[in-house]
Amino acid sequence: MAETAASGPGMPQLDITTFSNQIFWLVVALVVLYFVMSRVALPRVASVLADRRGAITADIAAAEEYKLKAQDAEDAFKKAEADARAEAQRIVEAAKAEMQEALHAQIAKADAEIAAKSAESEKRIREITANAVEMVAEVSNDVTKDIVAAFDMKADARSVTAAVKAQMKGDA
Amino acid sequence: MAEESGGLVIKPMDQFRVESLFGGDIAWYTPTNVTLWMALTVLAATALMVFGARGRALVPSRAQSAAEMTYGFVYKMVEDVAGHDAVRFFPYIFTLFLFVLFANLLGLIPFAFTTTSHIAVTAVLAFTVFFVVTALGFILHGTKFLKLFWVDSAPLALRPVLALIEVISYCVRPVSHSIRLAGAMMAGHAVAKVFASFAAALGAFFFVPILAVTALYALELLVAVIQAYVFTILTCVYLKDALHPAH
Amino acid sequence: MEGDIAEMGKYIGVGLTAIGMGGAAIGVGNIAGNFLSGALRNPSAAAGQTAMLFIGIAFAEALGIFSFLVALLLMFAV
Repeated sequence: MAETAASGPGMPQLDITTFSNQIFWLVVALVVLYFVMSRVALPRVASVLADRRGAITADIAAAEEYKLKAQDAEDAFKKAEADARAEAQRIVEAAKAEMQEALHAQIAKADAEIAAKSAESEKRIREITANAVEMVAEVSNDVTKDIVAAFDMKADARSVTAAVKAQMKGDA
Repeated sequence: MAEESGGLVIKPMDQFRVESLFGGDIAWYTPTNVTLWMALTVLAATALMVFGARGRALVPSRAQSAAEMTYGFVYKMVEDVAGHDAVRFFPYIFTLFLFVLFANLLGLIPFAFTTTSHIAVTAVLAFTVFFVVTALGFILHGTKFLKLFWVDSAPLALRPVLALIEVISYCVRPVSHSIRLAGAMMAGHAVAKVFASFAAALGAFFFVPILAVTALYALELLVAVIQAYVFTILTCVYLKDALHPAH
Repeated sequence: MEGDIAEMGKYIGVGLTAIGMGGAAIGVGNIAGNFLSGALRNPSAAAGQTAMLFIGIAFAEALGIFSFLVALLLMFAV
């Protein structure tokens, strides 16, 4: 078989004269490839894959942490909101109470003022009334004196005044 | 031979001829087309795995992604088929896979020389695996490794017969392992060459064989990858037998 | 004349060995078909068994390649 292959157009695969050459170069190629792979390529790819896995794990952990942080922040915000609401409520209550108090004070003061003013007015009315009565009496005296004078009668002031007084008392 | 058919001269085996690159006789050290295409295979594998993954990017580029997928694919295959303790042989299995894969794929380039179509090459690959695996089995398990051939679940009378069959099938493994790869490569290339020769002979109907060659080429691409995969996975299966000889 | 008969016998032998590849084709088709029917019954388990599918195909195909090799040897080496 080998003879025909070597000489004729048979199968080059069976030409054993080339075997040593093929095997030699195959071993060389395999050894080179093995060293390139095991020393350079595979550790590099493995480290890249490990880095990626680490990065993914770390990122997931970080995301988890951020989620917790966001939760905390939300809780804090809710608490602050509730506090603010309570504070506002308290302030509103206080303001209301204060206003009520002020209102009461104002009302009381106004009442007092009104009372004072009305008392004064009353007093002045009474004065005015008294004045008026006096003046009426005076006018009556004068008028009576004049009337009496007109009738040519002598009238002394004392009796006229007494008469007018008596008359006015009767009216009153 | 085919010379008898007059004008139609088909020499499908010429493409497998080993030739000296610079002329002269072929000694064991002569640079031949075997040397050239094996060097290209090594370069292509290096280009993918070393320069492809050079960026070390966290988000990989296309080449780096391909390198990582190849790595992950072979790693998973070793781990799934041969078990977790086979991972220390991963570099060698990976080297085998890349070498066979790129030799097959580069051989598909027109006018290329397919190193894996030579039985001498595949036999070295397969017998290396065979001897390493057998030696490993005896080193790890001593004589217990022979239990691989002793089928406990069979009836006692049948066991010697089965043991003989198991031993024969075990010893035939490297033969089938190597001939499968070389045969598949050789067959595809020879058929492609035959069809291509028809195109020259058919004159006006040259496009029919060319269409056939195109379809065949797609099939060959598939076969090239599948044969590399099968070669590797069988290596893993044999390795598993050595690491865990119990049936 | 004598050589022609030997040549004829050789080609007949090559043709006969090619039948062996038909057997491999049946075997590969059988494996792939059974894998598909099993995978359709239980798709979740199919992904883990593709390695077994390829190993089976490789074993069946190897025998076809052996017959092809015998054909090639007859054709070119004998």
